Amino acid sequence: MASKNSSNKPIGVVGSGSFGAAVANLLAQNNEVLMYARRKEVVEDMLQNRVCHGHTLHERITPTNDLKYLAEQCEIIFPVIPSANFREMMKQLSPYLHPYHMLIHGTKGLDTSLAPSGAMESGAKLTREHVKTMSEVIREESVVVRIGCLAGPNLARELADGHPAATVVASHFDEVIHEGQRLLRSDRFQVYGSADLIGIELCGVLKNIIAIASGALSGMDLGENARALLISRGMVEMIYLGRALGGNTQAFIGLAGVGDLVATCSSKLSRNYSVGFRLAKGEKLNDIIGSMDEIAEGVNTVRIMKKLADHYKVRAPITEVLHKVLFEDMTVQEALQYLMKFPLNTDIDFI
Amino acid sequence: MSETVVGKRKPVKYSPILPGTEDWPVVQLSRNRKQFIQEIITESELRVKGITINRNALIDELESTLYTEMLRVKKNPWKVDPEDEYAFWHKIKSNLLNLTNDSQAAAAKTEEKLLKEIISRYTEEIAGNFKPSHYRLARTLVTYGFSRLLNAARIKKFGAFWRNDYTLQDKIHITGEMEHVRELAKKGTVIMVPTHFSNLDSILIGWVIHTLGLPPFIYGAGLNLFNISIFAYFMNSLGAYKVDRRKKNVPYLETLKSYSSMAIRKGCHSLFFPGGTRSRSGSIENKLKLGLLGTAIEAQRMNYEQDGDKAKKVFIVPVVLNYHFVLEAPSLIHEHLAQQGQERYYYENDEYSTSYKIFKFMIQFFTKGSDISVSIGKPMDVLGNPVDKEGNSLDPHNRIIDTKDYFTSNQKVTRNKQREDEYTRMLSHVIVKRYHEINRVFSSHLVAFVAFEIIKKRHPRLDLFNLLRLPEEEQVISYDEFKAKCQLLATEILQRKEKGQIDVASHFYEDLDELIAHGLSNVGMYHSKRPLIRDKKGNITTQDLATLYYYHNRLDGYGFEKFIK
Repeated sequence: MASKNSSNKPIGVVGSGSFGAAVANLLAQNNEVLMYARRKEVVEDMLQNRVCHGHTLHERITPTNDLKYLAEQCEIIFPVIPSANFREMMKQLSPYLHPYHMLIHGTKGLDTSLAPSGAMESGAKLTREHVKTMSEVIREESVVVRIGCLAGPNLARELADGHPAATVVASHFDEVIHEGQRLLRSDRFQVYGSADLIGIELCGVLKNIIAIASGALSGMDLGENARALLISRGMVEMIYLGRALGGNTQAFIGLAGVGDLVATCSSKLSRNYSVGFRLAKGEKLNDIIGSMDEIAEGVNTVRIMKKLADHYKVRAPITEVLHKVLFEDMTVQEALQYLMKFPLNTDIDFI
Repeated sequence: MSETVVGKRKPVKYSPILPGTEDWPVVQLSRNRKQFIQEIITESELRVKGITINRNALIDELESTLYTEMLRVKKNPWKVDPEDEYAFWHKIKSNLLNLTNDSQAAAAKTEEKLLKEIISRYTEEIAGNFKPSHYRLARTLVTYGFSRLLNAARIKKFGAFWRNDYTLQDKIHITGEMEHVRELAKKGTVIMVPTHFSNLDSILIGWVIHTLGLPPFIYGAGLNLFNISIFAYFMNSLGAYKVDRRKKNVPYLETLKSYSSMAIRKGCHSLFFPGGTRSRSGSIENKLKLGLLGTAIEAQRMNYEQDGDKAKKVFIVPVVLNYHFVLEAPSLIHEHLAQQGQERYYYENDEYSTSYKIFKFMIQFFTKGSDISVSIGKPMDVLGNPVDKEGNSLDPHNRIIDTKDYFTSNQKVTRNKQREDEYTRMLSHVIVKRYHEINRVFSSHLVAFVAFEIIKKRHPRLDLFNLLRLPEEEQVISYDEFKAKCQLLATEILQRKEKGQIDVASHFYEDLDELIAHGLSNVGMYHSKRPLIRDKKGNITTQDLATLYYYHNRLDGYGFEKFIK
């Protein structure tokens, strides 16, 4: 399929993780792609071996280490980097950005760099004011307004293997959704649109919490009834938390919500899932994190959402016990017992 | 926030930025009125046709317009309506009915003709008729008449009537970014967006604009105000165009937007009350009407389409008006409460119903001491970015932004209605935020807020409507309690002022007892039933809880409730 982009400008991808590489490969089917990596040696490596995190790079992908060049060449940029580095990256990119740029990010975490220092570790409270989604970080750090996000069941490995899949592009701007669809759509990849930017971002963020729990269930070999229970209660919890942060219920029952939730909760390919799995096998969190070559966003998300749930008095039992498991030395078995005793009376009370 | 207080000391004199009336964009507009009207008609037709994609949709639109207009003529006629309203719509009706007999081509022609007739009628009605001579006369009347009253009242000496010790600027404090706005008015098109509390606002703003040496602004004034002859005179002379809130049909709304958009493109500085109507509850607008605001964004984009990098920029200036006293307060708050759907009674008492009442109010206003403040916010571009003196848009790091880029994709300025709708929404959020930041708290707002919150907190189980029916003896607050709470809130307000989240009037720095006394004597001072008084025992009480609620609402939206425990 030939590009309809009249100017034939390349598309930018910022980030060289496995999802970044998968997105770049999807984009490269229809377009020239400039792919940014922060470290020079990674760029050198990609240039020589044409491989990134096990993904063979499409021939139309050009690796670069120059953000300025990337911003000058590309009008549409896909930032796909861990949330912890997102604001810093935006600060570096921002001087080269203009209001004509479009940014569609694929990061599934939250930013807390505006919280008072030490607030994350101490008992200090955290409010929505201090917790930002990536689209909000983009707005705060740059002049870009045409912002979108990607979310959906998109396990990078499966995308790379060319299995059929779909994603959601969410934005307040129809033109951003259209561009996202035009650039990403292929015979094996379907792209849906949504106007609920915050809701869709939160879907991607919050499902990581449930994915850790799901991994833990598998680690304990508890079977599919238990997983189904977790997924459906997990979804309710996502909706409660999501609404407290400004998302709508609808987003959570769509592809980016329940769709992504099911995929991440069932697949060993998911990083967050493996964190839970290994915890249940008795490994220590620090060892798990230390041995992973990419970041499992869910761990930090649990920490942030626990604080927010406390502050906004949202009922979030799964998040709470995960917090105990991850940071307060509760064992996975104890956590399970706690959850099974949790008094719940209504199944669904939000539609 | 930099702040120049005008008044108290010697008022600053601003010279006009365009000396001759010849150069005023609004004068040029009225000189070429015929041509201007033709252009609006053409543009409005295109707009309506853009919305109604095919013939059937157009017929639907015409029919629903006809239906609602016939209903309006019958059920809700006004004095300002032209005599031939009925005849006109009747003619449209018979033409529409005859359509079925015509051939396709002939029918299509008739539809277009009918649309054009309707739009032409609307355009003629909307279009202002600015006359520089009338403008000068009205302006002189306002300035001269008011200063006579003011001096006669303030200086109790024989002959004081003719003295000039006091001017309007002693009464009306203008603070904020006056020089900046003057600079920008020379470089681009300024759109003022004030809060709207009273029917006096437009005359007040008209005076402010003149005082700042700016050429007259055009603005949309409610057609209902033209029912009152004294207002009609001022409005017509101050560059008003007419907005009829009864008409909500597509051809009318599109004609209105064409008018505003085209006037902005022709460089006419404009004034929108983006709240759409007076704030019924007394709180600062938190939801803005997007229709007219959108024309500012559209006009900016069209300027760029036409002139590229040389295009004139459009600047948005938020303005907050503050009063101790709003003449319409009792009826506004009753309308608000009735709208909330809980009060069954019908309450109508239009304080502006006659010219006599307005005149009486004017006299009261100028002879007794009730100050007004006008806070002029930092000018912004149409996306809400701050602009510097040269009119450059700035990002938070003070880097220059090219506003054109917001309308660009693939290196070309493009039309995209959904994009501009979203920009309008973003702009409205920024305006609301600025309103809250430049809002100047008066002593009267403080006391009203504290008193109402104390009464409310005493009855946590009552909803608003039951609260308003509290028996009188439950509406008494001891002075000590009242003072303590005022202290808490005043401290909080001053702290927030330091952070630039709100502003205060200069009298706010007085000693607390004096501040409270000042507030009590000023809050709603000319109402027959005072919202707040001290009784014989020195306690605080109210004669009209609903009106107290109205003045209390002025500090709504800041989360101050939690400081009154």
